[in-house]
Amino acid sequence: MLLSPFPTLGERIRIALLWIWCALVILFLLVPILIPVPLSFNSGAFFIFPLEGLSTRWYEMVLGTQRWQSAIGNSLIVAFGTTLIATTLGTLTAIALSDEKFPGRRIVMPLLLSPLIVPVVITAVGSYLFYARIGLASTYAGIILAHTALASPFVVVTVAASLTGFDRNLMRAAAISGAKPLTAFFRVMLPLILPGVLSGAAFAFVTSFDEVVVVQFLASAGQRTMPLEMFIGLREKLSPAITAAATLMMALSIVLLVVANLLARRGQKRPGAAA
Amino acid sequence: MSALQPSEVDRPALARGRPAADADLKSVSAALRRAEFGDRLRSLLLAAPLLILLALSFGIPIVLLLSRAVYDPTIADALPKTTVALAGWNGQGLPVDDAFAALAADLKDNQVKGTAYELAKSLNARLPGARSQVLKTVRKLENADGQAALEAMKSVPFWSAPSTWPAIRNGTHSLTSFYLLSALDMRWNADGGIERVPPEQAIFLQVFVRTFLVAAAVTLATLLLGFPLAYLIASVPKGLAAVLIVAVLLPFWTSILVRTAAWTVLLQKFGLVNDFLLFIGIASDRLDLMYSRIGLIIAMTHIQLPFTLLPIYSVMRTIQPSQMKAAYSLGAKPLTAFRRVYLPQVFPGVMAGCLLTFILCLGYYITPALIGGASDQLISNFIANYVNVELNWEMAAALSFILLVFTLALFGIFARILGLDRLKLV
Repeated sequence: MLLSPFPTLGERIRIALLWIWCALVILFLLVPILIPVPLSFNSGAFFIFPLEGLSTRWYEMVLGTQRWQSAIGNSLIVAFGTTLIATTLGTLTAIALSDEKFPGRRIVMPLLLSPLIVPVVITAVGSYLFYARIGLASTYAGIILAHTALASPFVVVTVAASLTGFDRNLMRAAAISGAKPLTAFFRVMLPLILPGVLSGAAFAFVTSFDEVVVVQFLASAGQRTMPLEMFIGLREKLSPAITAAATLMMALSIVLLVVANLLARRGQKRPGAAA
Repeated sequence: MSALQPSEVDRPALARGRPAADADLKSVSAALRRAEFGDRLRSLLLAAPLLILLALSFGIPIVLLLSRAVYDPTIADALPKTTVALAGWNGQGLPVDDAFAALAADLKDNQVKGTAYELAKSLNARLPGARSQVLKTVRKLENADGQAALEAMKSVPFWSAPSTWPAIRNGTHSLTSFYLLSALDMRWNADGGIERVPPEQAIFLQVFVRTFLVAAAVTLATLLLGFPLAYLIASVPKGLAAVLIVAVLLPFWTSILVRTAAWTVLLQKFGLVNDFLLFIGIASDRLDLMYSRIGLIIAMTHIQLPFTLLPIYSVMRTIQPSQMKAAYSLGAKPLTAFRRVYLPQVFPGVMAGCLLTFILCLGYYITPALIGGASDQLISNFIANYVNVELNWEMAAALSFILLVFTLALFGIFARILGLDRLKLV
């Protein structure tokens, strides 16, 4: 791998330096996401090590006060709504796109991905402008709609990937055996691509649950989500409750995305392929 | 259809004479076309709900916002009489008294309708200082009619200033390049040419340059940190590589907001980064890392590092170690082999990672808003500010327009050179 057949001293030094550099980069990657975790259990009100003592008071504050509870509730409403719509419509679209005969695939795919490329402030400001006109600003429906645009590309891409391992002849076989298209979908196709669909759903959930910019523009005071409460908290006064909220959000995102990635990998394996 | 007619199911007909077979083939291909048309229609119908939803929730909002950058009827709507009176004016010197009288009448109408303040605000966007002048003039006009109104107008020097009437006339054109030019620190001059605004009024080019510089600095930093790590992960045994890749993916899976929050905690004056710098003796005093450019770049680099690293790693993984061995066996020194055999193959991954990071950095909003100081706000922050604080939609739209053009142009380059497949989401 790294070493030439007869490594010189200079080469050994270079490799040692590479390892040291990489160790520092990994510290740089991991320390910032790990630091809020112990701080969130600090009994004191400052972000200073060593901790003054262990306590769960900040978690009690996040899970127990009305302000945060309503934020968690709003986040769940929005994320579940987004997941439901993005997963359903995204799966249908992925099935359509997996058909080679689909007209204009080369145009539709970049259009579908565009919400990921357009800077999110532009999406948020545009949504605010349009939704205010049609009465959707400051509604859950408006936030869910805007989040669906951001989340659906993840569903389409994951489900499409799981469909590359799906043998379309199975659908023909089902049709010949007398299954109606809908029956064939639910009994043959869906079970086989389910890992991909569930993985897409997890991505959609996290996309919505972590999103703050669109919410900032579209939500009224009653619809503040958890990320928005955090954003406002960070701007106004830095309380250790932020570290507890961050730890909770991070744990949820990481758990869901680990599951999503495992499912996505499973979904892409050709069903029935020799193990 | 009679039984004797050749049809798509009448297979024996194919075995008969040539003409009949031809007719059969035709009907078969027609049936095939029909079936394919049905298939296409079905896939279109399957994709339609999401495409329609995206058009509604994403397409229309963007188009509507961008149109605000070039279409602004507020002044023309508020000043209908003035618009008519100015139609024949050549733009030189002052317009005839009719225009003054028309403006006086329009201002009075706006006062009666209660829209004077709105008008004052939109005029002010194009004509600095107009807000107070309009409100002052409106008060003077309250009990004045005809000649008295004209005199009241003329008694306010603002309305006879050389730049006032060209700006008003410009404002009465609903379709306008005013905001787009302003977003680039330019304007129309009195001769109908385009000129730069005076340096003391120029703000936006500086912001665009700042956004580009921060994006470039972050891209460079992610490359310097990410390339060696990607190289190491691609060359160690599988088990260790899996552990290392988790170290990259864990932060990647954590939201931007959460990571920005973590950095605000770390970068505090009495935060861990300052503790560390003091401990190892790099800094002799606590540094102001929060609300600073360096803090912003550190946090953005942390967030973008996986976006740069992962495309590079995915290319490095495919390069066979035997190629390097072959290079060594042909007498290449390690650095030569690296430069001549390894780097050229990794280049597409480096391009993909760096372009992706650069594009994403152009649109940063949360991190500059929370960690950057007043002079570290990027273009997205200005857009948000024009909407939230200044309530100037046209300016927000024009800045969005230009940011979007840059982003899409870079993304076009990305898709052209590297292909959309490199844009891995999962």
